[in-house]
Amino acid sequence: MKFGVIVYPGSNCDHDCYHVAKHVFGQEAEYVWHKSHDIKGFDCLVLPGGFSYGDYLRVGAIARFSPVMEEVKRFAEMGGLVIGICNGFQILCESGLLPGALIMNRELKFICSDCFIRVENNSTPFTRTYGKGQVLEIPIAHADGNYFVDEETLKGLEDSARIVFRYSTAAGEITPGAIPNGAVANIAGIINEKGNVLGMMPHPERACERELGSTDGRGVFESLIKVLV
Amino acid sequence: MIKTMKARVYITLKKGVLDPQGKAVMGALNSLEFKEVTDVRVGKFMELELEDSSREEAEKRVRKMCEKLLANPVIEDYKVEIG
Repeated sequence: MKFGVIVYPGSNCDHDCYHVAKHVFGQEAEYVWHKSHDIKGFDCLVLPGGFSYGDYLRVGAIARFSPVMEEVKRFAEMGGLVIGICNGFQILCESGLLPGALIMNRELKFICSDCFIRVENNSTPFTRTYGKGQVLEIPIAHADGNYFVDEETLKGLEDSARIVFRYSTAAGEITPGAIPNGAVANIAGIINEKGNVLGMMPHPERACERELGSTDGRGVFESLIKVLV
Repeated sequence: MIKTMKARVYITLKKGVLDPQGKAVMGALNSLEFKEVTDVRVGKFMELELEDSSREEAEKRVRKMCEKLLANPVIEDYKVEIG
């Protein structure tokens, strides 16, 4: 399968995503410059982490108007698989492809640490190689990961199993103490209604090789490859 | 020289949205003995310089800017003042 990794000015996890797709999993991968309108031939688009456009105004606010976003929207409407990681998740929210918004961390600090997330829904194209309730150790690295959504939308997300990952303890308990950033309902990742656009704050691409400490992020890529190959 | 006019845009977090910055500022004020402060909400203030047009037209355009880019309706409210 072929991954397209979108590169915005200020992206800094684009190389990691490309590396994992190409060298760890041996798939085709290409960078797509944010000004491009050509996304032909891709099976999955990755919106990587970083600080697109310096995150000025609000995180992801300016990136959502990049020319490539028109194509990303069209691709998503046609059922193409899109994953936004960290800044990519923020961009997906700003562009309306996912509900809610990511605001400043509760403790006002940039947090770079390993955290535990529990797989809440393993019947998505991004999580099918995981077990339901499986606990993953995956790093986060963000200043604005505090997911906010109004109560009504939250209920909709809960009722339709669209909360894909929640911050948990190592034992898989969903507690307020397990939330690193203030996110409502321990939300670490959600999926759109159609089930083809996923946004998550933790970085699965940083947890794919033993040398980096954890390989728990592999399942996200393995799931995608399994769906598409 | 082109005649210009000014627009002021106030962006505030919606009620119910956690404001960690506001909380930190309130804590600082309280510890500086300004104990009367019971809540702080931090927002954004922007001053826009626009090519001259009618107030109505300018307001309409600036509101559009707020809806499209300057504010995120999921978490923020905005107020526009012209002139």
